Amino acid sequence: MSTRSDPPGGRPPVPPEGRPDGKPGYRAGGNGAPLLEVRDLVVHHGQLRALSGISLTVFPGEVYALIGANGAGKSTLLRTIAGLHHPTSGSIAYDGKDVTGLRPDKRATAGIVMVPEGRRLFPSLTLEDNLKVGMSFARKGHWTIDRVYELFPWMKERRGQKTAQMSGGEQQSVAIGRALVANPRMLLLDELSLGLAPVIVQRIYAMLPQVLESGITILLVEQDVSQALRVATHLQCLLEGHVTLEGTPAEVTREQVEAAYFGATEGSDHGLG
Amino acid sequence: MAWVNAIIQGILIGGLYALFACGLSLMFGVMKVVNLAHGDLAVMAGYIGVGVIAVTHVPVLWSIPIVVILMAVIGYILQRSIIQGAISRGELTTLIVTFGLSIIIENALQQFFTANSRGIGVGESFITASFSIGSQIVIPWLYVVIFVLAVVVLLGLQQYLSRSRYGRLIRAVADDQEAAQLSGANYRHVFGIAAAIAFGTVAVAGMFEGMITTISPTLGTDTILLFAFASVVIGGLGSLWGTLLGGVILGVAQAVGAQINPSWEQLAGYAVFLLVLVIRPQGLVGQGATS
Repeated sequence: MSTRSDPPGGRPPVPPEGRPDGKPGYRAGGNGAPLLEVRDLVVHHGQLRALSGISLTVFPGEVYALIGANGAGKSTLLRTIAGLHHPTSGSIAYDGKDVTGLRPDKRATAGIVMVPEGRRLFPSLTLEDNLKVGMSFARKGHWTIDRVYELFPWMKERRGQKTAQMSGGEQQSVAIGRALVANPRMLLLDELSLGLAPVIVQRIYAMLPQVLESGITILLVEQDVSQALRVATHLQCLLEGHVTLEGTPAEVTREQVEAAYFGATEGSDHGLG
Repeated sequence: MAWVNAIIQGILIGGLYALFACGLSLMFGVMKVVNLAHGDLAVMAGYIGVGVIAVTHVPVLWSIPIVVILMAVIGYILQRSIIQGAISRGELTTLIVTFGLSIIIENALQQFFTANSRGIGVGESFITASFSIGSQIVIPWLYVVIFVLAVVVLLGLQQYLSRSRYGRLIRAVADDQEAAQLSGANYRHVFGIAAAIAFGTVAVAGMFEGMITTISPTLGTDTILLFAFASVVIGGLGSLWGTLLGGVILGVAQAVGAQINPSWEQLAGYAVFLLVLVIRPQGLVGQGATS
């Protein structure tokens, strides 16, 4: 699709492959098999190399957070996992099966569902119709429109309203609801806090325990590092398309995170090619 | 009284214009395709109708659903193949491709059916039957039936778009293709369904056109496509009822123009079209989604 100047990256990833079993999680994944496994992912936007060999492994029940500054490649990574970008090389396996070449709608019906950056609701549809679209090809499971109304009680009264008239936080909740009714196993959350007041962000993140309770595993992208550290069971920091730090929130120190985030340490010798 | 007569006839023919236009509007609204072959499709449907009636001897009214289904299938297939291919290559490509489609259809019809015009016979008695209000106003039954059926089709389409699962998906895909994909929708399939609906509605309109007057291979680009465009622009893009209003206004303008001077029929229609374009370019029924 695009012309590339640099050769496909075959460089091994920075972080170690697996991590010891039994790392803390809401429910340290039953049989220990990863739900999502990304290997050596290289993605280009035209000439620009957005991701240079990213690997990550998400186990069932985890809240896996991707942090990093603007342009680090977090959203690109998430969108590639959702199927909206085609990787130059590398692979994505979901539930033990390779999904690298799968269309985004097929991934959604398989259980990888993304809440896209900027909400991306259907502005000419009512709140309830937005949820119904999310449910059109849903897997069977816990979440229904009524359950979403229980999670966000304000919605029920306003279900006939067009979402264009709603506040950012409300729209974000609808976007989450639209993803939940599809009954994903792997929920991708792209920048939930973007453009929202901290109070609203807190309120939205308050839904997380109930979502995890229903057996959904979460991979999230967050610019707000402290927010990510609060909710994550595992985190990875990206800088200019490379992994600069990986671990559990308990393992990493504030200084390490800062260094990884801004690239003050050895991570900085990776140029942009 | 002749004026009232003209206005009533104009309103009734406006239903047909709306039927020509709604598929054009739908395809633009959902897949951003300006289908330049839209008028030719109507004519093609008319000819298919002539063929279906000749071969199966079904009554004219029963031939309509057969033609609609055939055209809907053709619409789905064309959308999934040629038109989708054009969409992935950019908006300009869809114009060129549908223009090419228009030329192909027109010439194929000329090849197979000659350039002679042809009508779809509904029986002499029904064409000529009419009722009168007072002594001056005479309304042909056929026009009334067509107007009512046109409104029924538009109503059905509106209900489908607002209530059914795929209707909702059509609106969702029109809003945001990528977000719809993230909800598991194969947007190409949804496009195909929208095209099937567009082809189906224009098929009904093409059959009616053949009943009211006659159809000929060049009628599609010469008149139908232009009337459809005018109706959409007058009413406002993306609104079904706006399209009906646009069709009615165009019909009335033409009828009144013809009343003043028979050669002014077309002129009056396009004058109103231009006037709306200048004064209210977004159309009379504003913008917004199909609802």
